[in-house]
Amino acid sequence: MGMSNFLQQLANGISLGSLYALLAIGYTMVYGILRLINFAHGDIFMVGTYIAFYSMTSFLLPWWLSFLIAMILTCIFGIIVEKAAYKPLRNSPRISVMISAIGASFLIENLAIVLFGGRPKAFPIPDMFNKVVKIGNVSIVSVNFYIPIITGILLLILLYVVNNTKTGMAMRAVSKDYEAARLMGIDVNKIVSFTFGIGSVLAAMGGIMWGLKFPNLVPLMGLMPGLKCFIAAVVGGIGDIRGAVLGGFILGLGEIMIVAFLPSLTGYRDAFAFILLIVILLLKPAGLMGKNLTEKV
Amino acid sequence: MSLLRTNNLTKKFGGLTAVSKFAMDIKEMEIVGLIGPNGAGKTTVFNMLTGVYKPTKGSIFFDGRDITGIKSHEVTKLGIARTFQNIRLFKELSVLDNVLVANHLRLKSNILFSVLRTPNYIRQEKHMYEKSMELLKEVGLDDVKDEMASSLPYGKQRRLEIARALATDPKILLLDEPAAGMNPQESFELMEFIHDIRDKFDLTIFMIEHHMQVVMGVCEKIYVLDHGVTIAEGTPKEIQNDEKVIEAYLGVD
Amino acid sequence: MKDKRKILTIISLILFVILLFIMNRTFDSYEIRILNLCGIYVVLGLSLNLINGFTGLFSLGHAGFMAIGAYTSAIFTMSPELKQMNYYLKPIIPIFKNIQLPFLPSLLIAGLMAGLIGFLIAAPVLRLKDDYLAIATLGFSEIIRVVFTNTQSLTNGALGLKGLPKYTNVWWSWGMAIGTVIFMVLLIKGSYGRALMAIREDEIAAEAMGIDLFRHKIISFTIGSFLAGVGGALLAHLLGTIDPLMFRFLLTFNILLIVVLGGIGSITGTVISAVVVTVLMEFLRVLDGTMDLGFIRISGIPGMRMVVFSALLMFVILFYQRGIMGTKEFTWDWILNRKKKYTQIKG
Repeated sequence: MGMSNFLQQLANGISLGSLYALLAIGYTMVYGILRLINFAHGDIFMVGTYIAFYSMTSFLLPWWLSFLIAMILTCIFGIIVEKAAYKPLRNSPRISVMISAIGASFLIENLAIVLFGGRPKAFPIPDMFNKVVKIGNVSIVSVNFYIPIITGILLLILLYVVNNTKTGMAMRAVSKDYEAARLMGIDVNKIVSFTFGIGSVLAAMGGIMWGLKFPNLVPLMGLMPGLKCFIAAVVGGIGDIRGAVLGGFILGLGEIMIVAFLPSLTGYRDAFAFILLIVILLLKPAGLMGKNLTEKV
Repeated sequence: MSLLRTNNLTKKFGGLTAVSKFAMDIKEMEIVGLIGPNGAGKTTVFNMLTGVYKPTKGSIFFDGRDITGIKSHEVTKLGIARTFQNIRLFKELSVLDNVLVANHLRLKSNILFSVLRTPNYIRQEKHMYEKSMELLKEVGLDDVKDEMASSLPYGKQRRLEIARALATDPKILLLDEPAAGMNPQESFELMEFIHDIRDKFDLTIFMIEHHMQVVMGVCEKIYVLDHGVTIAEGTPKEIQNDEKVIEAYLGVD
Repeated sequence: MKDKRKILTIISLILFVILLFIMNRTFDSYEIRILNLCGIYVVLGLSLNLINGFTGLFSLGHAGFMAIGAYTSAIFTMSPELKQMNYYLKPIIPIFKNIQLPFLPSLLIAGLMAGLIGFLIAAPVLRLKDDYLAIATLGFSEIIRVVFTNTQSLTNGALGLKGLPKYTNVWWSWGMAIGTVIFMVLLIKGSYGRALMAIREDEIAAEAMGIDLFRHKIISFTIGSFLAGVGGALLAHLLGTIDPLMFRFLLTFNILLIVVLGGIGSITGTVISAVVVTVLMEFLRVLDGTMDLGFIRISGIPGMRMVVFSALLMFVILFYQRGIMGTKEFTWDWILNRKKKYTQIKG
C-alpha cells in the first residue's frame, strides 16, 4: 500500500474515531452518573440525524439552522427518554433498569420505522462538506477535516463545562457518590437531565456528521454504532470522558486499518469492536484509563 | 491444640493499611473476641480469614494447614463458617432453603444424578432436610421455615444466619457483630446460645462484637485492634484493665 | 398430600397431551405453526431464565447459541443434494458433504455444540458481572453472527440455507418443551437449583456457604446454551430457512421479554408468557394489515405491530416489574390452598 493510500485511510480513521468518540462520551457520562448502559443512546443519535434530514428536505431550512434545530430537539428528546424510561426505576434492581433501557431502544427503533419508513434515505450534503481536497496526490473529502475539528471544539466546551462550572462540579459529585451528593442538597434529577441533555446534543451532532460521511439513513442506523461506542467507552474506562475519546479513536482507527491493511478480514470488521471489548475486559476490566474497585463486604 | 493461627497478617488498600501485622492463635473449643473502635480493621481480618480478601502480607494456618490466599468457598469447605455484619441472607429464598443451601457443599452427587433423583441423591436430600430442620429448631425458627427470609424480623434474621453457617459443618464459627441491634435481654440470650452451640457442636468461636457486656461475658480471650494494629490481647479481665485499651476504645465509648 | 400432587401432575400432563393431539388434528397449518412456535419459545424462555432468572447472570448472548444450534442441525440434516444446491457459490467443507443424520441425533449434536461453545465462552466471560457480563455476552453473540456471515464454506454466509427439512412438528416442539419444564423443575427443586438461586441472591454469601461460584455459573451457562441450541435447531426446522441476520440481538430481546414478562425466576411464569407472547405477536399482525370493521376500513401501517408490542413491553417493565409470576410458581398447593380458602370464606 502506498503512502497516499495510507494517509487517506488515516484521515478516514480519524474522522470515524471522532464520531465514535462523540457518541461514546454520552454513554460514559450517563454510566458515570447512573451506572446504566443507556441502550437508547444509539437511537437518540439516529433521531438527531433524521430531524436534521427532515428540516433540510421537508422544511427546506439552511443546513446550519437544521443542524442547530436537530441539536436542540434531540436534547429535549434525550431528556424525555430519561424521564419516561429510567427515572421511574431509579430504585429498582439494575437488571430491570437495563431491560427498560433495551425496551426504550426497541420502542424508538420501531416508532422510527413507522414514522420515517424503513427505506433508506439520502442525507443531503452541503457543498462545503463534499469538496475533494488534494494534498499532493492524496485526495480527501473535506468532511473528514471538519469532523475532527468540530469534535475537538465540542470536546473542549464539554471539558470546560465539566471542570469549571458549578453544574459540572455537581455532575462530578453525583458520579462519585450518588447518595452523598443527594444528601448534600444537589438536585440529582436536574443533574441527570442535564447529563442526558448534553449526551444527546453530542449524539445529534455525531449523527449529523455521520450522515455527512455516510449519507444513508435507516431507522436502525444507531444500533451498531451505539453498541460499538458503548464498547469504546468501556475500553477507555467507563465514566471517564477522556477515556471515551481514547476508546473512540482506537475503535475508529482500528476498524479502518483492518479494512485497509488486511482486506481479507473486511467481513469481520464489525467483530473487531467486540473482540477488543472482550480482550480489554479480561486484561483490564476497568478500561485503559479506569481504576479498579473492590466490592465492600 | 491450635486451630486457627495467623502470622504477620497485613492488608493494604492502596496507601491505606487496614490491618497491620495481626498475629493470633485460637485453640480448639475456645470462644475468642475481636474488638476495637469503628474502622479498626476487624471485618477486614474476617475477610482475610475467610478468603474474601487476599492478605497483602502474612499467612493463615487452619488445622495445621496453610490456607493463605485460598478461595472463599474452599475455606468454608475446610471448616470455617461465618456470618456477616450487615446480614447477607438469601432474601427471596425460604428460611428452610437458606439453611438447605448451606448443605450443598457437602453434597456428593453431580448435577445429572441430582436431576435424575437417584436413590443416593434422594437419601442425601433427606439427610439435608433433617439436619436443616434440626438446626432451625435449635435457633427456634422451625415454625417459620416456609416464610421468605426477608420477611423475618431483624433478630430472627441474625439467628437464621447462624443456623445457615452451622449447616456447613464448621469447626470454627466467625460471628461478625452477632448482638448488633439487640436489647440487653436479647444479648444475654445470645450469650447463652453461643455457649450452647459451642458445646453441642464442638465448635470454636471467634467473634467481633461491640457490646462490651457480651464480649466480656462470653469470651475467654480477646484481641483488641485500633487502626489496624493489635494494641492488646488477653483475658477479659486483663483487657478491662489495659490502659491502652481504655484510652483507645473504652474511653471514647 | 404429596401423592395427590403427583397424581394431579400426571393427569394434567395426560390431558395436555390429548389436547395437543386434538389441536394437531383440527388446527390449520398456520395455527399449528403458532403452536409449534409456542413450544419452541417455552424451551428458549426457560433456557434464558435458567441463566438470567435463576442464576442471576445477565446474559444477552442467546441468539448466538441459537444460531450455533440451528446451523449445526441444518448441516447434519441436509441431504448431499440439498447441500449442493445451497452451497452454489462455494462448496461446503468436504467432511460435511455426504453426512446426513436423522433429526434426533442432529438435534442432540446441535445442543451439544451450542453447549460446548457456551462452556468455552463462559470461562472467560463469567469473571465479569452485571452490565459488563451483559455486554460481553452480547458481544460474543455478535461475533458468532459475524463469523457465520463470513464462513461461506461452512454456513453459506449471508445467503443462508434454504429448503431445510421441516421436521419440527407439534410432538417435537412440545415434547422438548415438556422435557425442558420437567428438567427445570427437577433442577431448581434440588440442591443444585438452590445453589444457583443463592448465587443470584448474594454471591458473597453464597461463596461463604461453600458454593463454588465459578463452577456453578459455568454449569448454568452451559446448560442454558445447550437448550438454546436445541431451541435454535427446532426453529430452523420449523421455518425451513435460516440466515445469519435472523440471529440478531432482536431475537435475544424477544426471549428476554418472555422471561421478564413471565417473572424472572419462575418456571410456570415463563411457560405462560412464552405462549401469551407468541400468540399475541401473531394477533397483533392485524395492525400491519388492513382492518375491515364492516362499517370502516382502517388501512394498516407496516411496523405498527412492533410499535404496539414494544410499547406494551415498556408498560410491563415500568409498572409490573416482577412480571406475571415474580419468582413464584404456579403449584398444586397454591391451587388447593386457594380452593380451601374459598370454601372457608363461603362456609
